[in-house]
Amino acid sequence: MATQTPQVMDAEEIRRALTRIAHEIIERNKGAEKLGIIGIRRKGVPLAKRLAKLLNEIEHVRVPVGILDIGLYRDDILTHQPTVGQTDIPFDINDRTIILVDEVIYTGRTVRCALDALMDIGRPAAIQLAVLIDRGHRELPIRPDYVGKNIPTSRKELVDVQLKEIEGEDKVYIRKLDE
Amino acid sequence: MALKRKDILGLEEITREEIELILQTALSMKEILSRPIKKVPALRGRSIVTLFYEPSTRTRTSFEIAAKIMSADTSSIAPSTSSVVKGESLKDTILTLRAMRPDVFVIRHQASGAPHFVASLIPESVINAGDGMHEHPTQGLLDMMTILEKKGKLEGLTVAIVGDILHSRVARSNMWGLTKMGAKVRFVGPKTLIPPEADRLPVEVYTNIEEGLKDVDVINVLRIQLERMKKGLFPSLREYTHFFGITKKRLKLAKDDVIVLHPGPMNRGVEIMPDVADCEISMVTTQVTNGVAVRMALLYLLLGGTGDALAS
Repeated sequence: MATQTPQVMDAEEIRRALTRIAHEIIERNKGAEKLGIIGIRRKGVPLAKRLAKLLNEIEHVRVPVGILDIGLYRDDILTHQPTVGQTDIPFDINDRTIILVDEVIYTGRTVRCALDALMDIGRPAAIQLAVLIDRGHRELPIRPDYVGKNIPTSRKELVDVQLKEIEGEDKVYIRKLDE
Repeated sequence: MALKRKDILGLEEITREEIELILQTALSMKEILSRPIKKVPALRGRSIVTLFYEPSTRTRTSFEIAAKIMSADTSSIAPSTSSVVKGESLKDTILTLRAMRPDVFVIRHQASGAPHFVASLIPESVINAGDGMHEHPTQGLLDMMTILEKKGKLEGLTVAIVGDILHSRVARSNMWGLTKMGAKVRFVGPKTLIPPEADRLPVEVYTNIEEGLKDVDVINVLRIQLERMKKGLFPSLREYTHFFGITKKRLKLAKDDVIVLHPGPMNRGVEIMPDVADCEISMVTTQVTNGVAVRMALLYLLLGGTGDALAS
């Protein structure tokens, strides 16, 4: 259980953050050719689709979007059994620069799983990481390339990203985990 | 949701929600089979023993491939080359193997109930890979997955199971699973090959093939075991084929989008004609592929923990 506290991002802030990330992706990669966007299931997926739409609007390039499920790559399967969803990457990731998208980066273990999963699927030219929220507390040497917002948190808190594609509205809360 | 049971012994005792979870997980697992590197680390370090007291090609291989894709280690025990030939009992064989610390036992046995007996002896998971004339739950699940993939649903479909129902564990698992998921099941075959208790089961019985296939969505054809003829349950293979063989002409009795399943191995020209076995509505090879996905899902769900991990 967790107690909700005031929101730290509203819909407009989320939209601006994603727009800025889209511009940063284009600047860093000198355009959007040879890019592929892959969202980590579950909430990385709608964010990946939004980023692809923004890239199309800015650069007039249709960037392919895929879905990556990392359930089978977790290192805590024996204590937590994540629901296994489908991985669906309808394009060849070989020799493409992949923008990996998730809503929150915390310990870095989810991203580590995603990197392992991607390497099993193919050999991208490069992988870059985009997250809406970086909440700190990394346990692995993983750093995102694009961050919507850095939010310092304690380990007794939970960052709750709500997206209109799933919850019906865009907002980010910090919740206190009940003792 | 997690699987709340230690063993998979039959579809009679499993809930609809559990079947849905297994099928949903299996559909996700299937994508892994199309990757260039068919390996995920989910069950690394876990150990699975397959113990088959009856011959098997596809079920045993399917379990082994499923386990290896999930990075588990497998050991295959063939009773014909084990201490069973020296008179070791099933119980002692299991207790001996258990001392080697496997996590899952996959058991096929000619005696109905043998996997249940084993499951009551040990705390490790037991999967029934077919027990006598009782059940073959993984076959039932892969058949349901194949139907679900092709039809998009199970609820409301009519499935005809044709052939030797009396001796078929596949028919029983299909019946329990499909009826739980809201499908209608028909048993179609000669009266001598229909179970005497069929009137107490949730099925309709047809002894006339033309009536039994009328307007069905799925035809699941069972293998005719040649030894049944010797026992006098039907006069000859030719006669069986004449009255119950699945031909292109008989397919026209079913719905236009009918699909044909067969658990294998097939007796071409006996229970199923070669042109039916090889046509585009035959799901035989799809069933085999789905068998790997279903067994991957079961191993994952049985060996995993419970609850959803917090996002990290």
